Amino acid sequence: MARNLSMKDAINEALDQEMTKDPTVIVMGEDIVGGSGSPGENDAWGGVLGVTKGLYAKHGDRLMDTPLSESAYIGAAVGAATCGLRPVAELMFLDFMGVCFDQIFNQAAKFRYMFGGKAETPVTIRAMVGAGFRAAAQHSQMLTPIFTHIPGLKVVCPSNAYDAKGLLIQSIRDNDPVIFCEHKNLYAAETDVPEESYTVPFGEANIVREGGDATIVGYGLMVHRAGEAAETLAGEGIQCEIIDLRTLSPIDTDTVVESVENTGRLICVDEANPRCSIAADIAATVSQEAFASLKAAPQLVTAPHTPVPFSPALEDLYIPSAERIVDAVRKTMAP
Amino acid sequence: MNDVFPLSKEELLKAYRTMKTIREFEERLHVDFGRGEIPGFVHLYAGEEAAATGIMMHLTDQDRIASTHRGHGHCIAKGVDIGAMMGEIYGKTSGACRGKGGSMHIADLSKGMMGANGILGAGSPLACGAALAAKKLGHNGIGMSFTGDGASNQGTFLESLNLAAIWNLPMIFVVENNGYAESTSVDYATAVDSYADRAAGFGVPGVIVDGTDFFAVYEAAGEVIRRAREGGGPSLLECKMVRFFGHFEGDAQTYRGEGENEYNRENHDCLKMFRGRVTDTGVVGSGEFDAIDAEVLAAIDKAVEQAVDAPLPEATDLTTDVYVQY
Amino acid sequence: MSEANITPVLMPKWGLSMSEGVLVDWLVDEGAEIAVGDEIMEVETDKIASAVEAADAGILRRRVGAAGETYPIRALLGVLAPPEVEDDIIDAYIAAYEVPADEDDEEAAASLYEFVDTAAGRLRFARRGDDGPSLVLIHGFGGDLDNWLFNIDALAERARVYAFDLPGHGQSVKTLEDPSLVGLAAALQAFLDAIEIDSAHLVGHSMGAAVAARFACDAPARVQSLTLIGAAGLGPAINSAYIDGFVGAASRRELKPVLFNLFADSELVNRGMVDDLLKYKRIDGVQEALSSLAAELFPGGVQSAQLAGQIDASGLSTLAIWGSDDAVIPAAQAQALNNAVVEIIDGAGHMVQMEKASAVNALILTHIFKGDATKLRPWPGIPGDGY
Repeated sequence: MARNLSMKDAINEALDQEMTKDPTVIVMGEDIVGGSGSPGENDAWGGVLGVTKGLYAKHGDRLMDTPLSESAYIGAAVGAATCGLRPVAELMFLDFMGVCFDQIFNQAAKFRYMFGGKAETPVTIRAMVGAGFRAAAQHSQMLTPIFTHIPGLKVVCPSNAYDAKGLLIQSIRDNDPVIFCEHKNLYAAETDVPEESYTVPFGEANIVREGGDATIVGYGLMVHRAGEAAETLAGEGIQCEIIDLRTLSPIDTDTVVESVENTGRLICVDEANPRCSIAADIAATVSQEAFASLKAAPQLVTAPHTPVPFSPALEDLYIPSAERIVDAVRKTMAP
Repeated sequence: MNDVFPLSKEELLKAYRTMKTIREFEERLHVDFGRGEIPGFVHLYAGEEAAATGIMMHLTDQDRIASTHRGHGHCIAKGVDIGAMMGEIYGKTSGACRGKGGSMHIADLSKGMMGANGILGAGSPLACGAALAAKKLGHNGIGMSFTGDGASNQGTFLESLNLAAIWNLPMIFVVENNGYAESTSVDYATAVDSYADRAAGFGVPGVIVDGTDFFAVYEAAGEVIRRAREGGGPSLLECKMVRFFGHFEGDAQTYRGEGENEYNRENHDCLKMFRGRVTDTGVVGSGEFDAIDAEVLAAIDKAVEQAVDAPLPEATDLTTDVYVQY
Repeated sequence: MSEANITPVLMPKWGLSMSEGVLVDWLVDEGAEIAVGDEIMEVETDKIASAVEAADAGILRRRVGAAGETYPIRALLGVLAPPEVEDDIIDAYIAAYEVPADEDDEEAAASLYEFVDTAAGRLRFARRGDDGPSLVLIHGFGGDLDNWLFNIDALAERARVYAFDLPGHGQSVKTLEDPSLVGLAAALQAFLDAIEIDSAHLVGHSMGAAVAARFACDAPARVQSLTLIGAAGLGPAINSAYIDGFVGAASRRELKPVLFNLFADSELVNRGMVDDLLKYKRIDGVQEALSSLAAELFPGGVQSAQLAGQIDASGLSTLAIWGSDDAVIPAAQAQALNNAVVEIIDGAGHMVQMEKASAVNALILTHIFKGDATKLRPWPGIPGDGY
């Protein structure tokens, strides 16, 4: 039965259910148990924000705290995935990719193709993404476009608890490496989540709101900002269709193109920096495939081309706001 | 078993056949590459055969190795088919990776060969993963990574030593120290005298062995592998060895000392040393080795012939195998 | 307000989970004379879009709700009044109208669904109505108890109504011990046993009708009457493209055109319905349950169970209802029954109980209260609920 669950609890439940179902699923990462080897509580943290809290009590040493050694343990997760395990490795903050990226993009992502389709690498790398946490430049980035650039990686970024559970179960069962991006500002957001295990397939965008005047495309936190913008605009008689991409590789451009063929207007919202972003990619694809349907130039609403600032005054300006989305939609509506 | 060697005659013949196959495989590539018949570039293992062979004699298909850019010898010693290897090096559909990997990425997971690797040091964490999987799945397999003296300065290698130590993984770190990281001398690039000393800093036992002496390698590897299988944790095995060719084919090797290659061929040829030692004892006759030589050469001729004749990939192959198909 | 001669037209409440709806469009103009049952407006919820039939007769004096706007349930959308009522009286009525607060909503939402452990596993059900005979609603292949969204409350005015999710369906247990009609009939029995119902009127839709019939033939003492809607089990033909499409569809794009088969008016298939079904199909075990049921019940695209003779022989009071435009199971299959009342409803498809809810509800109540007119009141009779 469905009940209201936060995205954090939904992720925990997905891990719990997959670990229960499949003995080859292991979970590793820095402090994902917390307190390993310490004199005090073992299972002290459950991850820095408590997402994996309680799993150690149920699944024991299938959850492994790792040393602060991302190259080694992300690589070990990748290697173990080619040897019969389905590891879920937590990278804590996606920003830490910098110290283990080789294992992700040169190793995990390449095996299948480079070995002629004869290797499978069912590893899931979970990491927090996104700004708004006053966590500054190295703990707040939306680095999704870097990963979508790499063939062989699947990239997921849920906007709600229902999708998070289903997409994470799909990620764990998937035989390709998956980068699972969790927006830390959505951990507390609740939606109806079934108790049972279920999957949400990759490559199917979700139309979260229907409207005939403009298409707003986003993912993660930006879906919510788009929702606020659409509410405002509905008051002015402008009906926006909101498309939540859910997965960025593979990406469901068909749904976006179909929507734009109906609305004629496209607004791409992305918390990533603007150059070579998901937003830019969507705009390019739609321009190529549905140019004749466009009634106005596609608009991009992204973070600026700067690192994430610390000061709340600046960080709030950094993250694309509902107001900026409203302005972008209005711009497409102007005669 | 015989009184002289810790290997049976059959095992001795197998070891020789493996080393000879590696040698002739690489010598043949050296010639054919020079003729321009092979695309890309290749890194040859000739001179180092005793290490791969002496170690791999102890492994089964469920033991996993992560190899290097200089991976042909590891592949052959681990049991990868030389026809599939040659096809791969020629970029043909008959290749182990159907022509999509090339010399630097030959893999055969069914043989426990996790892949040659173009990224130096990248194999160490991957092999730790293999060791972790063996431990979690409860089978008796081990993980093993190969790194050269150069890549043993990589953070991945050093982090992996620590990880394997704290998790007590059934993991062997083989350091193939041939004295050169590409063109840069180990004396320049590495501050400590030996990598075995470095292992001590991670709480990992380290062993140094003459990598050109098959029997020394065989014995040392046997000991560390046995310990790993028995739950005794990781070890580092440093094999001091020589590289007969350059870093890659086409390397003029001007960094080498005068007459260095000739000296090595004359005094450190592991194959010649092995054959001499075994025939001296009379356990195997020279004629039996000659027969193997002929078979090996014929097998390599056949592998080349088949690779040359094999079809190239089609345009449609370009975009397959990126993701698993459901 | 005491304008006895003013009748409000309200945003209907379809099932307890509905809190608001979009008034898609008016289907009648101001000044129109409206008869009970006329389709007067289209309303869309996050579950379904549907035409709203007039619950009361009268002249539509005012359209208060605007097309395209969203309104809470029981919001005032229009005003019916005789010509003699002055405009300013109507204006005052509109100005004074307040959407009634429903303090019970939260509590009601909590009890919206219940679960019961049965011999067939944990089953979800809903119950409505305080008195009257027991009436059990059984949904069809791939359906759930929300297929009775437009029926359960109306029927509950006169009966104790139970609707449950068959195993493998809705939010009931997803494993089917015996994926066959016999297995599903056993699940029905397990449900009746668990909630302690000795005998009931059974109303089944599609595959659920075959389940009801199977059970009735095997345990006639526990069945008071049978209502078979768009029933399976009466003839060989079935739209196998629909069955295969429903089982096979993995995406919104694949599923939506398949669902068009269910309704005479394909506009009723909206995003919420497609999304809800996909969410159901993606739960672990569902795909296997549906595949195994389809293989057992519709092998080679033909219905395996033929129950008409047994139903006739059972002597049970039987009503068959069919949508004239049923694209899943042809209405002509009702002819297999020789001992039943057959009602074909024009302009409705396979989901006739949703498309023509008020007509179906009236037929069911008439059928179960047959011969006891005192228990029937003029239909329709649920003010403010759109019927």
